[in-house]
Amino acid sequence: MRLVQRREATVVIVTIGVVIYFAIRTSTFYSVANLITMAQYTSSIAIIGSGEVLLLVLAEIDLSAGQMYLTAPWIVYLLWADGVPIGWAIVVSLACSVVVGLINGFVTVWLGVPSLIVTLGTNYALFGLVLVESNAIQQNMPGTTGEFGILFGVGSWSVGLWALGIGVVIWVLLKQTRFGTHVTATGGNTLAAAEAGIPVRRVKVWCFMIIAVAAGMSGILDSIRIASLNPGNSGLDIVLPGIVAAVIGGTALTGGRGTVLGTLIGAIFLGVLEDGFNLIGVSANWFFLVEGVVILLAMAVNTQLGSLAARTRR
Amino acid sequence: MTTTSDSPGATPPAADGDAEDIILSTEGITKRFGAVVALRGVDMHLRRGEVLGLVGDNGAGKSTFVKIVTGFQRQDAGRIFVEREEVNFHSVTDARRAGIETVYQDLALVPQLTVYENLFLNRELTGLGRLGWLSRPKMRRLATEYLHDIRVSVPDIDAEVELLSGGQRQAIAVARATRQNAKILLLDEPLAAMGAKESTLIIDLVKDLSKNRGVSMIVIDHNYTHLFELCDRLNVIQQGRVTVDTRVADTSVEDLTELMVAEYRRQVREGQALLQA
Repeated sequence: MRLVQRREATVVIVTIGVVIYFAIRTSTFYSVANLITMAQYTSSIAIIGSGEVLLLVLAEIDLSAGQMYLTAPWIVYLLWADGVPIGWAIVVSLACSVVVGLINGFVTVWLGVPSLIVTLGTNYALFGLVLVESNAIQQNMPGTTGEFGILFGVGSWSVGLWALGIGVVIWVLLKQTRFGTHVTATGGNTLAAAEAGIPVRRVKVWCFMIIAVAAGMSGILDSIRIASLNPGNSGLDIVLPGIVAAVIGGTALTGGRGTVLGTLIGAIFLGVLEDGFNLIGVSANWFFLVEGVVILLAMAVNTQLGSLAARTRR
Repeated sequence: MTTTSDSPGATPPAADGDAEDIILSTEGITKRFGAVVALRGVDMHLRRGEVLGLVGDNGAGKSTFVKIVTGFQRQDAGRIFVEREEVNFHSVTDARRAGIETVYQDLALVPQLTVYENLFLNRELTGLGRLGWLSRPKMRRLATEYLHDIRVSVPDIDAEVELLSGGQRQAIAVARATRQNAKILLLDEPLAAMGAKESTLIIDLVKDLSKNRGVSMIVIDHNYTHLFELCDRLNVIQQGRVTVDTRVADTSVEDLTELMVAEYRRQVREGQALLQA
């Protein structure tokens, strides 16, 4: 019964399932080159997904994280083009990400606009900002050379390790610190948290800032890895897989419950699925059909296991 | 039994008790909402370790009175004393600092957190300097000890509160307030929607806290049977003032009902006389 009590159980089972399937179907699945490809594909999903866990636990959501991921490297590029050293450009870009998180948080908690709408607005505003500032022209990303480049994305395992690191930090933050308990309390029962003196608004704003800076960092790393910047990419295509990873990983949309571990496994699942279809040579069009069906199945199983676990624990 | 309906708003000061024993008292608490007078001079006292029940119809002023004592609202006139010192509450925090705490059964707890996490909510114990790293083993141990001390039994200190029964949740909420040094607890319908076994749990806890730990409590409930089980003394609030002040031992459910009806009739007569005049 221990297994079904774990929120991550479903995602672990389906992930093992697809790994076995693709390992049997292809000979190259376990090759180092392929593992690197998967780690690179998984990285942004894992980082943004981990950030979304904090917000989902608060019963909030951030749809702008994907566009933050796309905007942060543009800020780096524009500053660098103006002569700012690449290191400082990254620092300033991350500071700008924090400000975007602050705006999301501020409008959500003090003006009372639902975060779904607030962050959708921020998403389009950032998208527009990128188009205006770039004149909709592609650019090469700076910082791709030397040890700096290897550390910040170019190295084979660089983005994968960054994702793991950021995931673990958010995991520890949520599970092992006072702040994390306050996040759960705020999302689980806002009134009780406020009654106990927890600054619930400030807690929420902090989480919006954390996901923004994590998403910005992820975008900078991936851009350095790919070495190019495309102003036409859509942030929603980036953020939604992160939310999917969190949700199939066992994080509730209703607040109070979230698991970073499940989210990381959920990200791996999506990475394996995409990569496996490539290896088999099945049209990428199938990917979305399978992903959609898996989300529905995983959620149905999670909900059922959740109530089963509740019954057995009584 | 003392009935004060003949001299409205003038409960005699604690004639039958040691004056030093009074932990909370009010003098002439008055509150208006526009043209409506909600409280017209409430005089009340609470002894240390005593459980006082507040009885009254909806709109009699019970909840307004409680909101003033817990710092949620401010009185227009009148004074509040905690341990003989006059206090001035501008917020719930002020009242809490003075040791007055309201316990809400479900509102106070976070269902997704464990029993011990709820007991330490926003007062978590941490180690590793300023990183805020939780000292879970220490919180578990202290929570277990405290619950054992006040004889509250829960299936598992690590259980999420969501999985507990209503009575257990109420007990946890009370335990948290008293652990955090509340001297005066206000309990709003503590036995509402509880089975017999659950009620026993809370009644035992309330009695134990008042007798052995000197925690004083004010209980609001519509159910006389509950109040007679829980309280040492009852105050009836009607039309914004205390009309009856009686020890539970000196009265019965029937007597109290009769008294309240009599007072109600008197007020109706007064009203009719006023209309005719």
